[in-house]
Amino acid sequence: MSTITYSKKVLKEFTNPKNMGEIKSPDGVGKVGNPACGYIMQIHIKVDKNKSGKEILKDIKFKTFGCAAAIATSSMITQLAKGKTLDEAEKITRNDVAESLEGLPPVKMHCSNLASDALKKAIEDYRKKKKLKKIIPAVTAASSVVVMGK
Amino acid sequence: MKTIYMDNAATTRVDDEVLKEMIPYFTEKYGNASSMHFFGQEAKSALEKSRKIIAKEIGAKSEEIIFTSGGTEANNLTLKGLFFWNKENETGKNHIITTRIEHDCILNTCKWLERQGAQITFIDVDAEGFVNLKELENAITDKTIVVSVIHGNNEIGTIQDLEAIGKICKKKGTLFHTDACQSFTKTTLDVKKQNLDLVTLNAHKIHGPKGVGALYIREGIKIVPLFHGGGHERKIRSGTENVSSVVGFGKAIEVANKKDIEKMIVMRNKIIDGILKIPNTRLNGAAPLTETKKGLFNKAPEEKRLCNNVNISFNNIEGESIGGYLETFGICTSTGSACASHSLESSHVLKSIGLTPVQANSTLRISISKYTTEEEVNFLLEKLPQVVDKLRKMSPIA
Ligand SMILES: Cc1ncc(COP(=O)(O)O)c(C=O)c1O
Ligand code: FES
Repeated sequence: MSTITYSKKVLKEFTNPKNMGEIKSPDGVGKVGNPACGYIMQIHIKVDKNKSGKEILKDIKFKTFGCAAAIATSSMITQLAKGKTLDEAEKITRNDVAESLEGLPPVKMHCSNLASDALKKAIEDYRKKKKLKKIIPAVTAASSVVVMGK
Repeated sequence: MKTIYMDNAATTRVDDEVLKEMIPYFTEKYGNASSMHFFGQEAKSALEKSRKIIAKEIGAKSEEIIFTSGGTEANNLTLKGLFFWNKENETGKNHIITTRIEHDCILNTCKWLERQGAQITFIDVDAEGFVNLKELENAITDKTIVVSVIHGNNEIGTIQDLEAIGKICKKKGTLFHTDACQSFTKTTLDVKKQNLDLVTLNAHKIHGPKGVGALYIREGIKIVPLFHGGGHERKIRSGTENVSSVVGFGKAIEVANKKDIEKMIVMRNKIIDGILKIPNTRLNGAAPLTETKKGLFNKAPEEKRLCNNVNISFNNIEGESIGGYLETFGICTSTGSACASHSLESSHVLKSIGLTPVQANSTLRISISKYTTEEEVNFLLEKLPQVVDKLRKMSPIA
């Protein structure tokens, strides 16, 4: 079995992941599963407004069941997204994540999909809840695992 | 940081005595075994000495041993050599029987032979990885060339009952081959008792050099060579013999001993017991012999698990991650996880004993050797629960 070689940056993020955990009563939750390997990534976000009144990601936390690359991309995306406006955060692509990690082996690119998709889902979830809250206050919609396509 | 090597199923450290024995064959006794002069004869006699050691170890005759570049070549030679001999001689036989838990070099050779017109039957195994003997017997037809079954499995350590399979093959009149790379010197391997017609062996799993192996071919069996050339090795394997490595191979067998096997069994059991104390874990492969008394090796026929193999699945965390965190403590292991390999396909061996792809990806293989120390085992058993705990806290699955 031939093995994979990771960049130094991937190994650093894998062994010392940042923003691991959960947020108590999060504003948005994104959970994504990958059919190729069965792995699951979960992102919790807390939203706040900045001085100019734009919504930003005040806090972000991840939990991941997955390979070393999945853990590294989780850690990386939380760092890339933290403090960004929702619109900016949504635009983070899997390539942005991979680049910040000094590259990922080709077969591991889908691991960064997990990260960008989980973040998008979390923001989507937040927006959906906000809309609902306008109609019926105090709704807490549980988010389900969404299996993404290849 | 001290490194701890626990991946001996992949390969092993060369024994000092083996290396010492090999060195003169690079610098002083460097002759070509086919040469008539003194240098050649010196090389030739070294070659024959190793051949004798190997033959004796498995109860064969010297003339029945062919040196190869390793296990991969010996397995390729077996299946391709037999298939093409039958094709060339128009025997009408084109059927090969093997199992679902073979090493890639058997599996991929079979897949390739299928495209050359071979018919392949893959026999299922049970939850512990034992071949279904009834299914095997029923699969044999008058077109069957050979039944090829791995002896000790490289991933899950299960040792097949070769004697029982040998009896079936004899009764049905078909050839019987085993890939014994992992089991060689570790458990009983006897070509007569087990009715073996061909046996694949290699050196680098038993503290010998890499790139050398052997194929036992019972006298009288016809086989087409993979390599054509000067007609070395009874015309079955042309190419100047790798004398230094063959010498190392022979020495590796000589230094292998029961005491080391017993030591490994005791340590393996300690590792298994220690890891299974972690909640939500399961041992993959055959149940080990649990007695830890002296004379364990003499119970070899009862031992159904390789003395150096531990394979464990951990719920809700991933194998590559476990291995990666262990490596931060210097502990080198291997994983059944597809995610550590270039293909995302999870282990076919773990799948065939009934693990789901996710369970297969949550697997760690620890393989020890005679060099593994008590201290190293204790260190592993101290660090592994911490690693599992850390990863489980990171896992979004409760
Ligand atoms: C069971 C088994 N068969 C065959 C091989 C291949 O042997 P080699 O590396 O000598 O080609 C190995 C190990 O790599 C093995 O474990
Ligand atoms: S998440 Fe599938 S291999 Fe990394």
